[in-house]
Amino acid sequence: MITYIIRRLIAAVGLLVVVSIITFSIFFVVPRIAGGTPETLATRYVGRAATAETVHLTAQKLGFYDPMTVQYANWAKGIVMGENYDYGAGVERCPAPCLGYSFITRQPVWPDLLDRAPVTASLAVGASILWLVAGVATGVLSALRRGTIFDRAAMGLALAGVSLPIFFTGLVSLAFFSYTLGWTAPGGQFVPLTENPAQWAYSMILPWITLAFLFSAQYARLTRAGMLETMHEDYIRTARAKGLRERNVVIQHGLRAALTPILTIFGLDVGLLLGGAVLTEKTFSLNGLGKYAVDGIVSQDMPKIMGVTLLAAFFIVIANLVVDLLYAVVDPRVRTQ
Amino acid sequence: MTTSPTLEGGDPAVRPGIGGFLQVKDLRVHFPTDDGVVKSVDGLSFNLELGETLGIVGESGSGKSVTSLSIMGLHPPGTAKISGQVLLKGDNLIGASREHIRKLRGKNMAMIFQDPLSAMHPYYTVGHQIIEAYRVHNNVSKQVARKHAIDMLGRVGIPQPGSRVDEYPHQFSGGMRQRAMIAMALSCDPELLIADEPTTALDVTVQAQILDLIRDLQQEFNSAVIIITHDLGVVAELADNILVMYAGRAAEYATAHEIFTAPQHPYTWGLLGSMPRLDRERAERLRPIPGTPPSLINVPTGCPFHPRCVYAELNGGACETDRPEFLEISPRHFLACHLSSQDRQRVWENDIKPML
Amino acid sequence: MTSAPTNAASSQSNASGGGEDILVVTDLQKHFPIRRGLLQRKVGAVQAVDGMSFTVRKGETLSLVGESGCGKTTTGRMLTRLLEPTGGTILFEGRDITHISMGKMRPLRRDVQMIFQDPYGSLNPRHTVGTIVGAPFRLQNVKTEHSTKKTVQELLELVGLSPEHYNRYPHEFSGGQRQRIGIARALALKPKLIVADEPVSALDVSIQAQVINLLEDLQDELGLTYVTIAHDLSVVRHMSDRVAVMYLGKMVEIADRTPLYERPMHPYTVALMSAVPIPDTGRRTKRDRIRLEGDVPSPINPPSACRFHTRCWKAKEICSTIEPPLAELAPGHRVACHFPENLIDLPVPAVRADSPAAP
Ligand SMILES: Nc1ncnc2c1ncn2[C@@H]1O[C@H](COP(=O)(O)OP(=O)(O)OP(=O)(O)O)[C@@H](O)[C@H]1O
Ligand SMILES: Nc1ncnc2c1ncn2[C@@H]1O[C@H](COP(=O)(O)OP(=O)(O)O)[C@@H](O)[C@H]1O
Ligand code: SF4
Ligand code: SF4
Ligand SMILES: [Mg+2]
Ligand SMILES: [Mg+2]
Repeated sequence: MITYIIRRLIAAVGLLVVVSIITFSIFFVVPRIAGGTPETLATRYVGRAATAETVHLTAQKLGFYDPMTVQYANWAKGIVMGENYDYGAGVERCPAPCLGYSFITRQPVWPDLLDRAPVTASLAVGASILWLVAGVATGVLSALRRGTIFDRAAMGLALAGVSLPIFFTGLVSLAFFSYTLGWTAPGGQFVPLTENPAQWAYSMILPWITLAFLFSAQYARLTRAGMLETMHEDYIRTARAKGLRERNVVIQHGLRAALTPILTIFGLDVGLLLGGAVLTEKTFSLNGLGKYAVDGIVSQDMPKIMGVTLLAAFFIVIANLVVDLLYAVVDPRVRTQ
Repeated sequence: MTTSPTLEGGDPAVRPGIGGFLQVKDLRVHFPTDDGVVKSVDGLSFNLELGETLGIVGESGSGKSVTSLSIMGLHPPGTAKISGQVLLKGDNLIGASREHIRKLRGKNMAMIFQDPLSAMHPYYTVGHQIIEAYRVHNNVSKQVARKHAIDMLGRVGIPQPGSRVDEYPHQFSGGMRQRAMIAMALSCDPELLIADEPTTALDVTVQAQILDLIRDLQQEFNSAVIIITHDLGVVAELADNILVMYAGRAAEYATAHEIFTAPQHPYTWGLLGSMPRLDRERAERLRPIPGTPPSLINVPTGCPFHPRCVYAELNGGACETDRPEFLEISPRHFLACHLSSQDRQRVWENDIKPML
Repeated sequence: MTSAPTNAASSQSNASGGGEDILVVTDLQKHFPIRRGLLQRKVGAVQAVDGMSFTVRKGETLSLVGESGCGKTTTGRMLTRLLEPTGGTILFEGRDITHISMGKMRPLRRDVQMIFQDPYGSLNPRHTVGTIVGAPFRLQNVKTEHSTKKTVQELLELVGLSPEHYNRYPHEFSGGQRQRIGIARALALKPKLIVADEPVSALDVSIQAQVINLLEDLQDELGLTYVTIAHDLSVVRHMSDRVAVMYLGKMVEIADRTPLYERPMHPYTVALMSAVPIPDTGRRTKRDRIRLEGDVPSPINPPSACRFHTRCWKAKEICSTIEPPLAELAPGHRVACHFPENLIDLPVPAVRADSPAAP
C-alpha cells in the first residue's frame, strides 16, 4: 500500500514534468522550429514599435539566445522558485509560481489566475456535486426500473442532455429563468462564497444546473449501464439469499461496486473543469479561467494561455492522483495486491 | 425419513397426511424470451424432510438451478412466470409477499453457490459479509455478530479464524472461500440448506473436504439439505435420496442406493453408462447418450427424452405423444417412463446391468 | 513391459518398448517473473513448471493430471510452443524446438496442434464454422487437394458434424458441438501430435462420452499422438496409455495406466484417487479415505524439497530437506518420494482391490 502511494506520487510528479515540457515546447520550441527567431519572440514582449536594439536586449534578458535546455531549466525554475526580471531600469521580482507577464496588460499572470480560479472552482465544485447526485440517482432508478416509462423518459432526457450544446441550454435557461421569470441571477454576477454564501449560490445556480444537466446525462447513462451489470453479479444474488433488504442490496452491494468506475471519470471530469469551463463561462459571462484563456487566445497573449494550460494540466494530474488513491480506498484488491 | 414426491391433480400417488418439511408441488418456472417461452422447470414435485439430504442431478440446463432459485424466491420479479407450490413447513412461498420470503431467506433457508469467488462481494471482508448475514435476522451488536462470525469460520475449518475474519475474499483460496460461504449460509442456523454445485469449481482433494464438511454439518445441525450437481459421484457421497431431472422435469426419484443399484429410467441408465468409473474395470469404449440435450423452448412432445431414447419404440408411439406420468412404481421409487415394468426389468437385467 | 535403454537426450529411462519417441522433454521449466515495487524489479517467480522430464511415444496417449494451478496448461503450452520455456529442452521428432524462432515455427504448427478447454472462448464468434476450421490452411498457405471448402466439409464429417454446418456461427452450436469444431480445426493440417487441454471438462457427462469416443476413433484412424491434460481421474484412466501426475510444477509420478491406478506409489496420487467421489452408495462407508488438509500451496514460494510435505501424512524430517528423486521403482513406473506407498506387492485399497490385472 505504501509503495502503491509512493509509486502514484512519483508518477504524478513525472507526469507534471512531462506536461511542463510539452507546454514549454508548444510555447517556446515550436515557434522557433516554425521559423521564429529569438527576436520575433522578444517582439511580443516589447511590442512591434520597439527598436531592433530594444528587441535584441529584451531577447537577451529573457534568455532567448540560450540553448533550449537551459531555457527550459530557467523557465521551470521560475515556476517553482520565482524569477527576477531585469528590465534595465531595475529588477522586478516575479514571485513563484512565476508564469510570466501578460503581453497586453503587463501584469503577472499568476495573480490573475488566482483571481479567476474561485469562479471556476465554484462552478466546477457546485456543478459536479449536483450532477453526481442527480446522475447517479437517475441511473440507479433507471436500472432498477429498466424498461419502464421512468427509464425511457430518463434515458430520453439523458440523450438530449448529452447531445444539446451548452450554449444552447445555457442561453435558453438564461432567457427563461432569469430574464422571463426573474428567478435567478442574470449572467456575469459572481459573488464570492466568502462574501455572501446565499448570494454566491444565487449567482451560480443557473450555470450549475446547465453544466450539471450536460454531465448528469452522461453519468445517468454510465450509472445505469454499470448498475445493470453489477446487479447481475453472483454476489448480488448472495446478498439477496442472505435475506438483506432490497435497499441494502442495491446500495451497499450493487451501487458500491458500480460506482468505482464512475469515480474515475468523475475525478477526471472535475480536474478538467477546474482548469476552466470555457463554454459555460462564456455563456454566463463568468470571469473564470476558461474565459481568461479565451481572452488570451483572442489577443494572442501567450503567457495567459500558457498559464491556464499549465494550471489545467496541474489539476488534471492531481485529479488523476486523487482517483488512483481513492481506488485503493474503495477496492481492497488494489490495496492488498 | 419417509419422504416421497407427491403429485398434483388427483394423482393416486398423492397420499394425504404425508407432510414433509419442504414440499414442492407441480412447480413450473417459465421464462418468456424473444425466442419463445423457456420452460426451465415444468411440473416438478418432491418432498424433503428435516435431516434428509436430497440430491438433484441432471445435465446442465435441466433446470436444477432454476428450481433452487424458485424455492429461495430469488428469481428477480418480472423475469420468471412461476406456478405451483413450494411449501416450507406448510407455508406456501409461491405468491407470498416478497418481504415475507425475504425474512425466511438466510434464516430458515440458505444457499451456497458454485463459484465462491464471484459469489462473495470483492469489496467487503469475509467477516463483514458473515456479520451482515447474521445481523439481518438477529438483533445483536456488531461485536456479538463478529464473535459469531469467527466462531462460524472456526467451525467450517478455517485456521486462525480470528485474523482471517478481516481478510477479503481474494485473499482466501478456493476451498477456504467455499468454507466461508458455508459459514455464511449456516450463520443463522437455517433448517434448509441448498447447495448448488458447491464443489464444481474446486479441486478434487478440496471437493472431498467440502463434501465431508457438508455431511458433518448436516448431522450437527440436523437440517434438510438439497445438493445439486451433475456429478453422480458427489450425490453418492452425500444424498439419502436422488431426484434425476431431464428437461425441467423429474425423470426418476428413489433412494440413492436404488438409483445406483436398480435404476429404472433409460436416462438414468444413460447417465450411469456414459461416465467412466474408477470403481469399475476400464471399459474399452464409453457408451454416450446419443444426441444432445433438448431445447427448452421446443421441448419434444410426449416424453422429452424420446429423441435420444433407444427404448422409445418399445412403446408403440406413446413416447412421442403422451407425457409419461411421474408414478410410484415401488415404495418411494418414482418414475416417468412408458416402459412396462416387464420391459424395464428385462432391459435392465440383460442390457444395462452387465455393462455397468 | 520392459525397460528400454535411456534416450540419449534425456536423463530418464523410457518405459515399455514399442513406439518410438515423438517427444522427449527434459527438465522443462517455466518461471513467470513477478515484478513489484517502485522500479518493477523482479522479486521472485511463479514456478509454474519446474523440471518436468518425460517422453511421449508415437501413437500413445499420455495424460497430465493434477490439481488446479499445478502447471498442466503451462506444460501443454510449452509443448506446442505457445510459450517459451525458461529452461530444459523439448525435442520433437529429434529436433530441438525449445527456443525455435517464430519463422521456423511454421512447420511445427502443422505437426503439433492444441485443443482448448473452453469450447466457448476458443472460437471466434464472428467467424463461420467454415472460416474457423479452414483458417489453418490460410495461415499456413496450404493448398488443399480439392477446394478448401470441400476439405473443411470432410473434416466436419470426420468429427461428427454435418457439412451443412459450414456457414453457421459458433453460437448456434452446443458445447459438445463446439468442441468438435475445435477438434476439426486442430485436425485440419493432419498433425502428428495433439495437445488437448481439458478437452471434455466443460461438457456434460453424456456429451463428454461422445467427445472422448471421437478422440479415440480419430487416434486409431489417423495414428495421432495425444498429450491430454485433465483433472478428472476417471476420464484420464479411460483415455490414457500412460499417466503423469503433477504437483506444484513437478512431476511426482509417471507410469502406465494400469499400474498407476492399481498401485499408485506416490502419496499424493493415492490421496488424489481416494478423493474421487465414486457413484456407488455402498462405498460411502467402506472406502478408507485419505483426506488431505488445506489447499495446494502457492507456486511462488513452494515448500522446500518434496513440495508435497506440507500436506503429506507420511512426511518425515527428510522430506523437507532432501528432494526425493524421480526414481524408477518398478519397470516404467517412476516416483518421486522417500516413502512410497505400495512398494511391495500389496493389493491397493485406494481404488479397487479386486480389479483384475489389465490385459
Ligand atoms: N502468464 C502467467 N504469469 C504468471 N503466472 C502464471 C501465468 N500463467 C500461469 N501462471 C501460473 O502458473 C501456475 C500453473 O498454471 P497452469 O495454467 O499451467 O495450471 P493448470 O495446471 O493448467 O491449472 P488448471 O487445472 O486450473 O487449468 C499457476 O500458479 C498460474 O497462476
Ligand atoms: N432468466 C432466464 N431467462 C431465460 N432462460 C433462463 C433464465 N434462467 C435460466 N434459464 C434457462 O432455464 C434452463 C435451466 O437452467 P438451470 O436451472 O440454470 O440449469 P442447471 O440444471 O444447469 O442448473 C436453461 O435452459 C436456462 O437457459
Ligand atoms: S417414456 Fe419412452 S422415450 Fe421416455 S424414457 Fe421411457 S421409453 Fe424412453
Ligand atoms: S517425499 Fe515425504 S513428503 Fe514427499 S510425498 Fe514422499 S513421504 Fe510425502
Ligand atoms: Mg446450474
Ligand atoms: Mg489449465
